[in-house]
Amino acid sequence: MTERETRKFICVSCPVGCMLTVHMEEGRIVKVEGNACMRGEAYAEAEVRNPTRVFASTVKVSGGLLPVVPVRSRSAVPKEKLFDIAREVARVVVEAPVKIGQVVLVDVCGTGVDIVASRSLEAEEKRAG
Amino acid sequence: MMTDIRIDVAVIGAGPAGVAAGIGAREAGAEHVVVFERDWDLGGILQQCIHPGFGLHTFKEELTGPEYMHRWIERAHGAGVTFRTNTMVFRMEEDGSFWTMNPDEGIQHVHAGAVVLGMGCRERPLGAIRVPGSRPAGIYTAGTAQRFVNMEGYMPGNRVVVLGSGDIGLIMARRMMWEGASVEGVFEIMSWPGGLRRNIAQCLDDYDIPFHLDHTVTQVHGKDRLEGVTVAKVDANKKPILGTERFVACDTLLLAVGLIPENELSRMAGVQIHPVTGGPVVNQCLQTTRENVFAAGNVVIVYDLVDWVSAEGYKAGKNAALFALDGLPKATRRFDVRGGENVRLFSPQWLSDQEDATIFLRVTKPIEQRCRVTADHGLFSKTLRYARPGEMNEVHIKAEQLRMLPPDVREIIVDVEEE
Repeated sequence: MTERETRKFICVSCPVGCMLTVHMEEGRIVKVEGNACMRGEAYAEAEVRNPTRVFASTVKVSGGLLPVVPVRSRSAVPKEKLFDIAREVARVVVEAPVKIGQVVLVDVCGTGVDIVASRSLEAEEKRAG
Repeated sequence: MMTDIRIDVAVIGAGPAGVAAGIGAREAGAEHVVVFERDWDLGGILQQCIHPGFGLHTFKEELTGPEYMHRWIERAHGAGVTFRTNTMVFRMEEDGSFWTMNPDEGIQHVHAGAVVLGMGCRERPLGAIRVPGSRPAGIYTAGTAQRFVNMEGYMPGNRVVVLGSGDIGLIMARRMMWEGASVEGVFEIMSWPGGLRRNIAQCLDDYDIPFHLDHTVTQVHGKDRLEGVTVAKVDANKKPILGTERFVACDTLLLAVGLIPENELSRMAGVQIHPVTGGPVVNQCLQTTRENVFAAGNVVIVYDLVDWVSAEGYKAGKNAALFALDGLPKATRRFDVRGGENVRLFSPQWLSDQEDATIFLRVTKPIEQRCRVTADHGLFSKTLRYARPGEMNEVHIKAEQLRMLPPDVREIIVDVEEE
């Protein structure tokens, strides 16, 4: 007997938020419904195999115009590792000046994905006003 | 010391609308374009929106707020836009001139050929929603908490309740989880979410944060520090139902209960403010009721997507420059826009027959099935898969269509109805 399963996801690939219905047989996707574009199919595939999300947080800065600078994972990371990643990123301190795109943590938690600064930040003495 | 300065186009606010307005004005040929910003930094509120989700329409990829603004600011520098930071515009006159103050130049009186208002919006505070109880520490708007965590580097608390389900509240629920706090729940007085559905999925569902529709906070507890809130279910009239109250322990209450366009300066300039949007009454050129004053972005109507804010900002800047240089084409006919069936608010409020128009609108109630957004006289019709208050819809009308309307037509009604 074929093992059939239906799973529902809200696609988070864009602000539309399509309600996806994923039909599966023997653990394989046979059909995705409800998606308005191709990103929905890729999202459904990832949600079934290995759900991923982009991680975004801040790291401490020494000598910067602000005490923290925003960072992100360069690409999506496994969802189940988000809290491990959050803990590892929380230990990072970078020195000002920081340049947007600068790598602040290589290969976070063995995911192969780097954590990069998502803004530039000057050193403190330049602050006006 | 006080000086008068004369420029072609002045823009107030260097958020997404203002930065794009500066570019639009320069690219339309204005020589001296200055954007005035009260903060030391450019980019406005996007600098604290460090999560991805911005720019899919503009850049075909999802950027964080600071990355999105970085690209626009680079483009503005390339276009020759001048920025004046640490500069507060504290007064505006009815002729469109305004007064600025900054630590280096003191007070200046700025006279521009045209002005673009890009002041954005503010969050609705606790005082505006009348929650009984004392006022202990630990109650913040979601955006204030976002600034604390993402720019100033400290946590507002460890055990969080979110009132309202606007996008910033949802984003902050996830952010607080990632920073090690617990989020006890999100409570929304309406029967539908305030924010985008994908944010319910990726900010609440991903972390099993309870989401309660038809609920509100009826009391806050604690003297010096917040100790908890009483929540209750509400009836169809949004009144708390007796007997459904329960206590939720927390040290932090975040409010995500709506945004209000910031229009103190617009009022000083004598610009007409629409009672429902809370922003200036504009036409499709984003011209206010003062012909030399334009407005764009969340100061006009609160948008869902920054891409639309940037696009509208660019348009306002371009039209402000054209006005300052040669004047805009005069409308030979003028049409008032009205919201009909299930339309809560919309912008622009009137159309000239000289320009193509996009009308942005929000529905009053969600329709979770195929429906249709229309503009009467057969001007526009589009089928939608659904319509929700948290997600704006658009109506597109060509200038040519407007010019072809019978001479007795003076009004255009937009509707959203089930098919």
